[in-house]
Amino acid sequence: MPTTLTINGEAKTIDLPDNVPLLWALRDGLGLTGTKFGCGVAACGACTVHIDGQAVRSCQIGLADVWGSVTTIEGLGSPDLPATIQQAWIDNQVAQCGYCQSGQIMQAADLLSVNLSPTDQDIDDAMQGNLCRCGTYPRIRAAIKDAAAKLKDA
Amino acid sequence: MASLGKIARRSFLIGSTAIVGGVAFGVYQVNKDAPNPLTPGEGEATLNPFIMINVDGITIITPRAEMGQGVHTTLAALVAEEMDLNWDDVRVMHGPPAQAYYNGALLGLALPFRHYADTNLKHGLRQSVGKVGKLLSLQVTGGSTSMKDAYERMRHAGASAREAMKLAAADQLSVAVADLRTENGMVIAPDGTELSYISLAQAAASVDAPNVDLRPKSEWKLLGTSLPRKDMVGKSTGTAEYAIDVVLPGMKFGTVRMNPKRAGMVSFDATAAEGMDGVEAIVDLGDGIGVIASNTWLAFQAAEAVDIVWQDASYPATSDALMAEIKASLSSEPNSTVRDDGDVTQAVDGTEITAEYDVPWLAHATMEPMNAVAWQDGDTMQIWSGNQGPILVRDKCAEAVGLTPENVTIHTNLMGGGFGRRGESDFSVHAARLATAMPGTPIKMTWSREEDMRHDFYRPAAAASFRGVVKDGKPLLLDGAIAAPSVTRQSSLRIAGSASPGPDRGHVEAAYDQPFAIPNYRISGHLTDIDVPIGFWRSVGSSFNGFFFDTFVDEMAHAAGADPLNFRADLAANEHPVSETVIRTVGEMSQWEKQSAANVGRGIGFSHTFGSAVAQVVEVVEEDGQIRLSKVWICCDVGTALDPAIVKAQMVSGAIYGMSAAMMGEVSFADGAVEQYNFPDYDALRMHSTPEFEVVVLENGPHLGGVGEPGTPPSMPALGNALFDLTGTRARSLPFIKTFDLLV
Repeated sequence: MPTTLTINGEAKTIDLPDNVPLLWALRDGLGLTGTKFGCGVAACGACTVHIDGQAVRSCQIGLADVWGSVTTIEGLGSPDLPATIQQAWIDNQVAQCGYCQSGQIMQAADLLSVNLSPTDQDIDDAMQGNLCRCGTYPRIRAAIKDAAAKLKDA
Repeated sequence: MASLGKIARRSFLIGSTAIVGGVAFGVYQVNKDAPNPLTPGEGEATLNPFIMINVDGITIITPRAEMGQGVHTTLAALVAEEMDLNWDDVRVMHGPPAQAYYNGALLGLALPFRHYADTNLKHGLRQSVGKVGKLLSLQVTGGSTSMKDAYERMRHAGASAREAMKLAAADQLSVAVADLRTENGMVIAPDGTELSYISLAQAAASVDAPNVDLRPKSEWKLLGTSLPRKDMVGKSTGTAEYAIDVVLPGMKFGTVRMNPKRAGMVSFDATAAEGMDGVEAIVDLGDGIGVIASNTWLAFQAAEAVDIVWQDASYPATSDALMAEIKASLSSEPNSTVRDDGDVTQAVDGTEITAEYDVPWLAHATMEPMNAVAWQDGDTMQIWSGNQGPILVRDKCAEAVGLTPENVTIHTNLMGGGFGRRGESDFSVHAARLATAMPGTPIKMTWSREEDMRHDFYRPAAAASFRGVVKDGKPLLLDGAIAAPSVTRQSSLRIAGSASPGPDRGHVEAAYDQPFAIPNYRISGHLTDIDVPIGFWRSVGSSFNGFFFDTFVDEMAHAAGADPLNFRADLAANEHPVSETVIRTVGEMSQWEKQSAANVGRGIGFSHTFGSAVAQVVEVVEEDGQIRLSKVWICCDVGTALDPAIVKAQMVSGAIYGMSAAMMGEVSFADGAVEQYNFPDYDALRMHSTPEFEVVVLENGPHLGGVGEPGTPPSMPALGNALFDLTGTRARSLPFIKTFDLLV
């Protein structure tokens, strides 16, 4: 039976069995490929999206269990109009291979939505579920602090 | 307007958007014999294999693939620098499979000279021998060679294109060429008239482009600066397209399950899987099974539900049995003794020490699991794949599905990590084979993480035995034997069908070729004959030899009662001053001489690999009985830093990759299959366990060095040496987590 969800502010109908994880409905069903598949077991964070503003691993949530409106990296900003946090990623030249960065950004956006003065410990606690094999962590940390400062001034 | 399809004599799509082709300019003199694969259509021009111009702008075609190392940006900057392009206007894309994009520097790596001792003559020889690479169709991204290969070639491409533009403008304006200048993608006449390159492209393409001298470094505007990376906006907004993101009309989604014991399939029963949600086909691949479904996750579920009887492994079935064979081969006839200075068999008076080391198998574990998209249409096939060698991928896929290579088109996408794994063509071949089961329908084939982890071409396990003699604070003798299965040999057999029987230098790199003056210095390489699938893993042989060699140097320093940093610097002083400076500089950066607190340990590691000297000081701290990484100082000398921010990022990346493996990386075997399935049992450093970094990049070396791999080899011994400094325990077997309580 088709499932209807609110994704990036729009109602979307997905014709897939309702046990299919949100990740795979987004990617294969809707062509929203900014959200990445990394592990399928919530161990890498590459698939992180927001449900009602909260960061979740979309590989673990079946379509039937999505409890609110979904925001993906595409809903955060665009190349022409990046969100403040995305601009901080660009300014700090964070990405290398870039594959984990959608998930990193979505996780960091969740942190900044509740804490605009994150300490290093806060960043460690919030981000340790997000794996990056290129080792961009030092620049991710810098970009989070940069975005926090800009959001505070805003 | 013609489709970009014409550029490479066949369709050349970026995702679903066709880019209109361009003008191809006269081929740079030295490479005249490699045909330009770009064939422009109406309204398009290409000045050489690296530059395509059409009404929308200027695109630089890169011969190497972007896997995170920043190669798109710096290769484009080489052309843009000489051509006087406005950086913001430059666009970049991967070149199609073509001889014009051969990697000459890769072949140069095989020459029998130690890199650090490269004279201008030897350096020139490396470059000219490299031209053979084009005959071998070595369009390969690897060996930290991209800049060495392109440094002159792509700047010449830009310079000759610039001159062609000026000639075309001179003709159009009736002005002497010498009176014209170029800036921001335009030719500017003395009276201020500006002609854009885009408007001049058609005329310039028919000019016989002159070969001109390259600009001196002192006049560079882009090179030598940290440029905004060309891939950064896409990667920060989820719009960068990896192969796994390709969307095609009517596409279906598939996966495969192959034998984790790396042999064939006896039988399978797909009864349960056939009736599962979304399943459209179960494909018998002979050596495994494939599933095609309406969704990747449904394909994963169905693949798991197939009951398969696998053949047994052809190699020893357990990690212990494999390591026993590797250690046994230490006493076999050596394959090489490419360094044999003095006489290590003579009696030398002094303090003798010996040490045995071993390291485990390792997986690449790229963030993007292996995947590819294939679409068969009649007797042609298109393949989208993130790969480090498109000619190889094309030929292997064509062979697997019975098509001629000319009828197979390869689109190289951005890669979600490579580290050597995407030099293999297995996953692209899987997609091609699945696509033949459903002709006319594009199939996106994705491996589950479990399939990825258990079907890698692993960094081989390795063992070493070292003996040294020190006296009066100095080393008099170093004799090392290193054993492992040969990556060079196995990959040559896999890729080219044959392997050279001669000395395998890659097997002993970072041990035989270190810039240290030791009067009696021998390294022997021993090849273990076991056929666990192995491949190129970031820094290859240097990834184990860097640990063996530098750890033993540290042990010699302690046996000699010498300071480990000064011991290394003194060894390099006469042999290679560039390396000595790197070692002393990292000492200054880290305030090495300063006494550290009782709960703090520091170690130095040094390796000269891929043409670059890298020294690292690692600091570890013990808190509440647990040890964490706190800080790493890195000094490297890369000869010329074309983009300092990218060089620094690669140094940090290489160290994190190396320390992740040294701390916790281990692939183990039981019953012939890999025991690790996913990140919970093959993890890496994360935000909370990553140390702070400080990097200094020096440019004293006379030649351009590599940057993608040299950060990895010294990181592992530096960490071990720091743990020894802290605890007094010398761990000679990796990963360190087996010996120490580490914060991971």
